[in-house]
Amino acid sequence: MTALNIKKGSSKHSAYDLRTPFSDHEETHTLAVLVDNESGVLARVIGLFSGRGYNIDSLTVAEVDHEGHRSRITIVTTGTPQVINQIKAQLGRMVPVHDVHDLTAEGASVERELALFKVAGKGEARVEALRLADIFRANVVDSTLESFVFEITGTPQKIDAFAELMYPLGLIELARTGVAALARGGGGA
Amino acid sequence: MTRAMTGAKMVVQALKDQGVDTVFGYPGGAVLPIYDEIFQQNDIRHILVRHEQGAAHAAEGYARSTGKPGVVLVTSGPGATNAVTGITDALMDSIPIIVLSGQVPTFMIGTDGFQEADTVGITRPCTKHNWLVKDTERLADTIHQAFHVATSGRPGPVLVDIPKDVQFATGTYAAPEAARTSHYQPRVKGDIDAITRLVEMMETAERPVFYTGGGVINAGPGASQLLRELVDASGFPITSTLMGLGAYPASGGNWLGMLGMHGLYEANLAMHGCDLMINLGARFDDRITGRIADFAPHSRKVHVDIDPSSLNKVVHTDVPIVGDVGHVLEDVLRVWKSRGRKINREALSRWWAQIEEWRKVDCLKFAPSARTIKPQHALQRLEALTRDRDRFITTEVGQHQMWAAQYLGFEAPNRWMTSGGLGTMGYGMPASVGVQVAHPDSLVINVAGEASWLMNMQELGTAVQYRLPVKQFILNNERLGMVRQWQELLHGERYSQSWSEALPDFVKLAEAFGAKGLTVSDPADLDDAIMEMIDHDGPVVFDCLVEKHENCFPMIPSGEPHNRMILSEDTTSDTIGASGAVLV
Repeated sequence: MTALNIKKGSSKHSAYDLRTPFSDHEETHTLAVLVDNESGVLARVIGLFSGRGYNIDSLTVAEVDHEGHRSRITIVTTGTPQVINQIKAQLGRMVPVHDVHDLTAEGASVERELALFKVAGKGEARVEALRLADIFRANVVDSTLESFVFEITGTPQKIDAFAELMYPLGLIELARTGVAALARGGGGA
Repeated sequence: MTRAMTGAKMVVQALKDQGVDTVFGYPGGAVLPIYDEIFQQNDIRHILVRHEQGAAHAAEGYARSTGKPGVVLVTSGPGATNAVTGITDALMDSIPIIVLSGQVPTFMIGTDGFQEADTVGITRPCTKHNWLVKDTERLADTIHQAFHVATSGRPGPVLVDIPKDVQFATGTYAAPEAARTSHYQPRVKGDIDAITRLVEMMETAERPVFYTGGGVINAGPGASQLLRELVDASGFPITSTLMGLGAYPASGGNWLGMLGMHGLYEANLAMHGCDLMINLGARFDDRITGRIADFAPHSRKVHVDIDPSSLNKVVHTDVPIVGDVGHVLEDVLRVWKSRGRKINREALSRWWAQIEEWRKVDCLKFAPSARTIKPQHALQRLEALTRDRDRFITTEVGQHQMWAAQYLGFEAPNRWMTSGGLGTMGYGMPASVGVQVAHPDSLVINVAGEASWLMNMQELGTAVQYRLPVKQFILNNERLGMVRQWQELLHGERYSQSWSEALPDFVKLAEAFGAKGLTVSDPADLDDAIMEMIDHDGPVVFDCLVEKHENCFPMIPSGEPHNRMILSEDTTSDTIGASGAVLV
């Protein structure tokens, strides 16, 4: 064998070896991104995530300052600490991005999501669904003799829990808004 | 000053106000109003390329060799999509270019009109930023912003897509100073505490090395000057990436040569063995690091980069500094001097003694031949015969590119134009056109392989039309040399599709374009032929028939660390053991 144990034509190495020396422990972070509300800005942000292989667990976007043409994008993402830092740096260098806040890292924050649940059923299941909705402080926003549409607001975990309970009771359709989040306390982002 | 004018006139006025003297472009239906305005003025010179990819690479060559942004003008649809490779190349290598593309009129967007493409959609991931201008009132402002974004912070390509009705309509022209100031203002000054930590590390380091990249070139000639001052005053060794060649002179006493996959032995071992790595404007590319887990394992690393996303992207750094290399170097020098210019002299001299041992390996030696021209020999002769001239070098991509980086010496920044990050075959020919346009009296040589050169050889027509005396120095091995080398070393010598059986006669090809063709195959004729190429006042295609199966060494095999280099053909065969030439 050669000094390198490489015979001509014997190596199966690819051109790249990008195994990261960083921690592989994954964390979930909620990012608030303030952007110019210009055409294509959401495509830029989503393209960054898909192009570089980052996860999007949840994404919400809406204009929050009509005068200043600013939108707020709230992204929940999962990755190693190094990937989370990369995501923030990559977002931060985009031209229409004004600010990137890591609500998970910057102290306490409140997160809320709204969801609509359509639950169909009769008899005891229907009554049980209504009873559980009451416990979860969900509102009935549409009703037929064989179905309800519930509106529920809360943390994503609360909505997950409600969904779990509703599946056996006839949950047939579910719409979630994704997370909206703000830092607690008096400081503004 | 504001004035009413058509969008098309605004484009030309905005370019003038931005100090643009040259535009590389190709007309078409959706940019005819702008071309009409170009026809009616003499301040801006338009260079008609033969393909829009050529326009983008020519603008890159212009930008890289002048430090000014390059400007490209193309039509909608295929005009824009043809430019995409050049735009992506500029993004990967941080070259400021402004691409202006025509678009179908606003009322036709989305109808699959003739020559319609979603240009801002297609170029979104390959530009720093892009804009679709739907209102003539916003056009001048947007173009000024485009220049600001392309040239601020980490430079890069931008694109402004201009529908044809916006070009025809009349609006109010906003001069650059009246344009809305962009909030995009990247930080240029480095954190002074971090800079002080760097200086402290420099004072005690036993085995320091500077690892510099294209960021030093992008930071302007002042940064290269400061780099030279710091390197020479500290006495630290310095190596550079492919993109950074010329920032520190190749003749400088502390120069180790290029590092990386085909870098010099002493440069890579210095990186592997250092205890302090000072990365200035480089980005730990995979061609540089090799196996990341074993990259410079005993070092503390400082990384200076103007792009925060480059820091801790692939390699963990102990001291990250966000800032312009020039500004940071200025502060480093000031702090280091004010603290008494301390270095660990004793350890540094031991470090240099070790480096001198590595140098003795003479990793660029190759077996000479009296019968065939070795490509390395051809470049050595080119270097010897052009070194003292006012010279600019461009390259294509492949073995010849690595040999050019190894065997040519660069004494100043902005003299070396090559496609580093994207590795675009076909870059060099149009880039040489762009460089020659900017430097009409200089010697501009494109070191090429025949396969790369054929990818954009149509630009020879541009060179002939504008009397640009570019020299196309083709190392012709009738192979895709680098592909062939990898197939030999990694794929069982199965040479799948890596040669062409129908190469043109390059002399006749040159003559067909109205250029001069030269061919040389005997090493004894080489010098005379090179002199004939240099002395000819016009474009030359120099067909240098070289050894067909030469491999490019040194080479770090993929996935290996720096201290596991292959130095020559011998070490890839079965004859030499661990104690042999590999010297690990």
